[in-house]
Amino acid sequence: MNGFLLRTFAVLAKEFTQLTRDRLTYAMILVLPIVQLLLFGYAINNDPKHLPTAVLVQDQGRFSRSILSALKQTDYFDFCQTVRSPSELDRLVENGQAQFALTIPADFSRRLVRHDKAQILVEADATDPAATGNALAALATLPTQALSHDLAGALAPPPGGAPPFEVVVHRRYNPENITAVNIVPGLLGVILSMTLVMMTSLAVTRERERGTMESLLATPVRPIEVMVGKLAPYVIVGLVQAGIILLLARALFDVPMVGGWTAFVLGLFLFIVGSLALGFLISTVAKTQLQAMQMSFFYIMPSILLSGFMFPFAGMPKWAQAIGSAIPVTHFLRIVRGSLLKGEGLDGSLPSLMSLTLFVTIATGLALARYNTRLD
Amino acid sequence: MTVPAPPPDRETAGRSDLAIDVRGLNKSFGGRHVVQDVSLGVAAGRICGFLGPNGSGKTTTLRMICGLLSADSGEGSVLGLDFRRQSEAVKRQTGYMTQKFSLYEDLSIEENLKFVARVYGLDRRRERVRESLERLGLTNRRAQLAGSLSGGWKQRLALAAATLHEPRLLLLDEPTAGVDPKARRDFWDEIHALAAQGLTVLVSTHYMDEAERCHEIAYIVYGRLIARGTAEEVIAGSHLVTFLAEGPRADRLGHELAGKPGVLDVAPFGQSLHVSGVDRAALEAAIAPFRREPFHWREVAPSLEDVFIRLMDQAPDNFA
Repeated sequence: MNGFLLRTFAVLAKEFTQLTRDRLTYAMILVLPIVQLLLFGYAINNDPKHLPTAVLVQDQGRFSRSILSALKQTDYFDFCQTVRSPSELDRLVENGQAQFALTIPADFSRRLVRHDKAQILVEADATDPAATGNALAALATLPTQALSHDLAGALAPPPGGAPPFEVVVHRRYNPENITAVNIVPGLLGVILSMTLVMMTSLAVTRERERGTMESLLATPVRPIEVMVGKLAPYVIVGLVQAGIILLLARALFDVPMVGGWTAFVLGLFLFIVGSLALGFLISTVAKTQLQAMQMSFFYIMPSILLSGFMFPFAGMPKWAQAIGSAIPVTHFLRIVRGSLLKGEGLDGSLPSLMSLTLFVTIATGLALARYNTRLD
Repeated sequence: MTVPAPPPDRETAGRSDLAIDVRGLNKSFGGRHVVQDVSLGVAAGRICGFLGPNGSGKTTTLRMICGLLSADSGEGSVLGLDFRRQSEAVKRQTGYMTQKFSLYEDLSIEENLKFVARVYGLDRRRERVRESLERLGLTNRRAQLAGSLSGGWKQRLALAAATLHEPRLLLLDEPTAGVDPKARRDFWDEIHALAAQGLTVLVSTHYMDEAERCHEIAYIVYGRLIARGTAEEVIAGSHLVTFLAEGPRADRLGHELAGKPGVLDVAPFGQSLHVSGVDRAALEAAIAPFRREPFHWREVAPSLEDVFIRLMDQAPDNFA
C-alpha cells in the first residue's frame, strides 16, 4: 500500500511540474475561469432592456405623451429616434438600427375619446425572439394602465369594458417566433470560425512541432507562398461547410432565405478569409498544437457568447458590446440575418462588411509580419 | 517557375574555388554566445566533416550557412553568393538534411518527392521523381507513407529529397544518427559518389570512423572552431602521445593512472587501455610502475577520438 501511494505521488508530482512548465497552459488554467466568469457573468443578460426603439408619432397630444412615458417606464424601450414617415421607420428596422418601431396613428386621440377601437402599432424585429420576447410581453398591461390618469371623469372607459386602446404587434422577419430561424444562420458563423480558426492554427503549428518546418524553410519557398498555399484549401473547406449548413437550414428548419445574396456571399468570403488569417496569426504565436488549441478556444468562447449568437447583443452592457464589436462573428451574424432573413441589400450590410474588411486587413498584416522565414 | 540564380557578386565573392567561404560568424541566443567568430572555408567538391561535442554550435552554424538562421555578424560567400543577403539564391542551390527526419510522415514517399520537386520549381518533375525512386530502390514502395519507413530508409529518402534539385552544396546535420552500420556505409558511398561529381558536402557527425571518411575535418567546441585540416594533420597538430596497454584486465589500470602528472586522458577499449599526454617524459614516468607482467605497453598513433577529447578538455567552457 505504501508503494502504491509513493508511486502515485511520483506521477502526480511529475504531472504538476510539467503543468507549470508550459506557461500558456498554466496561464489558461488560472486566467480562463476569472476572465470568463467576469466577462460572461456581467455581460450576458437574458432579459435585455433599453432596446433601441424608433417612434413615429402622427398624433401629437397628451395621450401620445402618456403612452411614450409609460413605455419608457417599462425600461425595455429606449427611444433612439423620432421619425416623420413610415418609410423612414421601415428603414431603421431593416438595417438593424432599431429593434422596435412604434407608430401612433393620426386618428388615435379621436378614436380614443369616442371609444372607437383606438390602436397603436408596435413592429418588432423578431429575428432574435429572445431579444424581443420580454419587451413584447411587457406591452400587455400598457392599454389598461398607460392612460389611467388621463382618462378620468367623462372620458373614463366603461367599467368592465374593453381597455381604451389596443396594441397591435407585428413580428417582422420571423412572424412565428421560431428560434431556429435565428439560431441556424447564426450557427453558420460559429461553426465556420470553430473549424477554420482551429484548423489553420493547427496546420502551421503541426509543421513546427513535427520539425517539417525546418525542411520547408530551407527551400526557396516565400512566406506569402506558404501562407496562401496553406490557407487556400481551408477556404474551400469553409465554402463546403457553408453550403451544407445552408442546405440543411432550408430543408430541415425552413429558414427563410429571402435574398440579399450579394451581401451574403461577400460577407461569407470576408469572414472565411478573416478566420483563416486569425488562425495563421495564432500559429505564429503558439509553439505547440496544444497551445494553438487553447488560443483558438479562447477566441471561440466570446464568439459564441458575446456576438449576439446565444444572447441578445442589445442586452449587453456597453463595454461588452465593444468587445463583441471586435469579433468578426458579430458582424458576420448581422450580415447573415440582415441578408437571408430580411433580404437587405448591400448598403444595409455595408457597416458590417466594412468591419470585416478591417479585421481581415489587420489579421493578415499581423500574421505576415510575425511569420518568419527563419527559425530565429 | 525556375528563377535563374543571379550571377555571383564579384565584390563579395572570395576565392572562386571555395564553395563555402565564411568569416567571423557569430550567433547568440538570449545571452548565450553559441557560435563565436567561426571562419570556415571548404573547397568545391570536398567532403568536410564537422565535428564537436553536443551543443557546440554545429547545427547553428549549418543553419546560418543555409539561411535558416540570420547571423548576428560575419561575412563571406556560399557558392559565390553573399550568404547573408542572397540567402534565397543560396537556398536554391543548397540541399539541407535536418538532424531529425523532417519530411511529411503522412505523405507517401512519392508525394514527398513530388512536393520537393514543385517547391524548387524543377523541370521534368515526373522523370526526376521516377529516377530518384529507382536510385533509392523504392519504386515498388512509392505509395508507402514516409512515416512507416525504418530509420535507415527514412535517412535515404531524406538524402534523395535533399539532392533532388541537384544542389551544388549539401549540408548534412548528423545524417547517420541511429542508423545501422550497413546503411551508414551505403550512405557514405553515396556521399562520395556525389562529391566525385563536384558536389561540396559539409556533414556534422559524432562518429570518428565517419570523420576519417571525410576529406577534411573541422572541429568546433563551445562555439569556437579549434582544429581544421585532414584527419592526419589534426592528429599531428595535437602533439599527443598515446600508449596502449594490453593484457588481462589492463583496462582496470585506468583508475590508478588517471590524474597522475603527465596523464591527460585514459580510455579503456575492451580489455586494453589508451593513456595519452603531451609531455612524453612525464607520461613515460607515470606509466613506468605499471610496465610489468602481465601487461604489454607500446606506443600507438593517437586516434582521432583521443585528440578530440584532449581538445575538448583544453577548450574553455564559456557556457559553464
